[in-house]
Amino acid sequence: MNPVNYLYLAALLFTIGAAGVLIRRNAIVVFMCIELMLNACNLALVAFSRMHGNLDGQIIAFFTMVVAAAEVVVGLAIIVSLFRSRHSASVDDASLMKL
Amino acid sequence: MDNAENLIALLVAAPLLGAAVLLVGGRRLDRTGHWIGTALAAVSFVVAVVLFADMLGRPGDDRTLYQHLFSWIPVGGFQADIAFQLDQLSMTFVLLITGVGSLIHLYSVGYMEHDERRRRFFGYLNLFLAAMLLLVLADNYLLLYVGWEGVGLASYLLIGFWQHKPSAATAAKKAFLVNRVGDMGLSIAIMLMFTTFGTFAFGPVLGATGETSEGTLTALGLLLLLAACGKSAQVPLQSWLGDAMEGPTPVSALIHAATMVTAGVYLITRSGAIFNAAPDAQLAVVTVGAVTLLFGAIVGCAKDDIKKALAGSTMSQIGYMILAAGLGPIGYAFAIMHLVTHGFFKAGLFLGAGSVMHGMNDEVDMRKYGGLRKYMPITFVTFGLGYLAIIGFPGLSGFFSKDKIIEAAFAKGGTEGWILGGAALLGAAITAFYMTRVMLMTFFGEKRWQPDDKGELPHPHESPRTMTIPMIVLAFGSVFAGGLFSWHESFVKWLEPVTSFEHGHSPLSAATVTTATVAVMVLGVALAYLQYGRRPVPVTPPRGSLLTRAARRDLLQDDFNHVVLVRGGEHLTRSLVYVDHSLVDGVVNGTAASFGGLSGRLRKLQNGYARTYAVTMFGGTAVLIAATLLMRAV
Repeated sequence: MNPVNYLYLAALLFTIGAAGVLIRRNAIVVFMCIELMLNACNLALVAFSRMHGNLDGQIIAFFTMVVAAAEVVVGLAIIVSLFRSRHSASVDDASLMKL
Repeated sequence: MDNAENLIALLVAAPLLGAAVLLVGGRRLDRTGHWIGTALAAVSFVVAVVLFADMLGRPGDDRTLYQHLFSWIPVGGFQADIAFQLDQLSMTFVLLITGVGSLIHLYSVGYMEHDERRRRFFGYLNLFLAAMLLLVLADNYLLLYVGWEGVGLASYLLIGFWQHKPSAATAAKKAFLVNRVGDMGLSIAIMLMFTTFGTFAFGPVLGATGETSEGTLTALGLLLLLAACGKSAQVPLQSWLGDAMEGPTPVSALIHAATMVTAGVYLITRSGAIFNAAPDAQLAVVTVGAVTLLFGAIVGCAKDDIKKALAGSTMSQIGYMILAAGLGPIGYAFAIMHLVTHGFFKAGLFLGAGSVMHGMNDEVDMRKYGGLRKYMPITFVTFGLGYLAIIGFPGLSGFFSKDKIIEAAFAKGGTEGWILGGAALLGAAITAFYMTRVMLMTFFGEKRWQPDDKGELPHPHESPRTMTIPMIVLAFGSVFAGGLFSWHESFVKWLEPVTSFEHGHSPLSAATVTTATVAVMVLGVALAYLQYGRRPVPVTPPRGSLLTRAARRDLLQDDFNHVVLVRGGEHLTRSLVYVDHSLVDGVVNGTAASFGGLSGRLRKLQNGYARTYAVTMFGGTAVLIAATLLMRAV
């Protein structure tokens, strides 16, 4: 099996995600872009797993999903409380952590 | 008498007890304190006489007594004892200290009568006696050092006794500080002794000089000389003695004329074995002695303050002793002999000066005296005898002792001998000059009395008997001591077992030296008579020649100290502070500032924008991946 097309797709998804993280200000969108990058990685992992004919990559992909789910729980909670206190979900507004 | 050595501690203990009782006892002893102090000084003197009689009863080589009281600091190889050694040299000092000391205690009873702090004064005097006796009785250098510091402390307390006068307080501080320089020499010498000999007891140290290198002995000798210079007011540490005259006159007589200032001579004579084996150190000693005897004499010529004139004279006479002590075995005995006769006549002169001041409303300026011989006959006669003794009038004490020193100086041999002998002769001429000047200005001529601060003219009167009796006793000593000591060379034979003695071989015969000494003495007296006896003495001092003006300022000693030591020290510290500020602080501050600046720039990266951090992360990751790929391709 030739994984090249899957890898192109994964690279494309990762790039879209990365560009979204860097360019967008809305925290929800940034968050979704991070998920996109994670899933691009998952896609690559699954594709290689299929190519090699073992399940290692797929197991790692499961781990990634579990971690991503946990991250979503924490991340969304932070974003919600941020929005409650500032009435804004812009990541640039939360720039107090500086000297 | 058996077990005479057990009495030695009593010599020190009696005045020490007196000091403790008087200083701790408080006001309730105000009415009796002075008699307690005097009685305990007298007890010490009686014990000294008993011990002296006992010592005379034994043959010359068997006269040394030892008393070991207790081990003071026994630590491993370091053994410090409280132990006394009474030999002929110590005995001489003990008799002088307790004898003159007791007389001066008696004198002070009258002199300090109107001082409300008289009890304290006697406490300090007793403390001084105890410390001075400890100094001369110690059997090791460490205990000697205790006495040495003790007399320094007593001297400080007594110079500044009238501490309400700023000049007295300053003078006390000056004496203490200058003495510290000398004390440093002694303390280093003791340390050097311990590292060299492993002990500081007199016996082992002085007995082992044969096996020690000359370099070490020279160093020891020079350090001991430094100590002697401080305590005995010798050039270059002489500047404190003149100011020390701020103290009460009995103090000047006892401490700054008869006893404490002679401690340097004692130290050098006691350490004779070290100096005998170190000719360079001896040369330094005679140089110091010769320079000081001229220095003090010149200062004495210009001073109008009677006590300061006498202080210059003391400095000069101790210069003679130091000179003699530096000559080695041909001079030690004469140094000590002059020390004892000087103790008599100089203490007598100071007490006479005190008596004059007592009658003249505490005026010290001799230009405001004049014609006092009719008003104070006893003072005049005793002072006059002291005067004849110090100028070396034939037959009186000073004549015998000073003549012997001049002879020994010539006997040093070679060019040195001529220079030292010449200096000593010149000193004798100047001594005659300034002492005649003091005598003429005080007791002869017309009255130049001036009203004091309250506008009252002084009414000179003879002093009370407590003051005149000591003066009379000391006058007897001034007249007869020298003759007694020279009778069949009795003093030299007495000291010989301790200091050893050699007859010096002078290029000039004894008769020539004696004739020359008398001739220069007559010359000095004649010059002074022409200057101060034939002509009226002006009440305001004339401007004077350059030398006179310099001598009035103690030959610029304080100016020298100020320019060289004070200013020099200031410049040194200032430059050190500058180096500290610019170099040391510069390096430290520079490092801190550069790191601070760097971090100031670096912290701009922390701008708080999450997206900037993300870019950094992406960039970093991209660089890492690119590098990895590149490395793999290569």
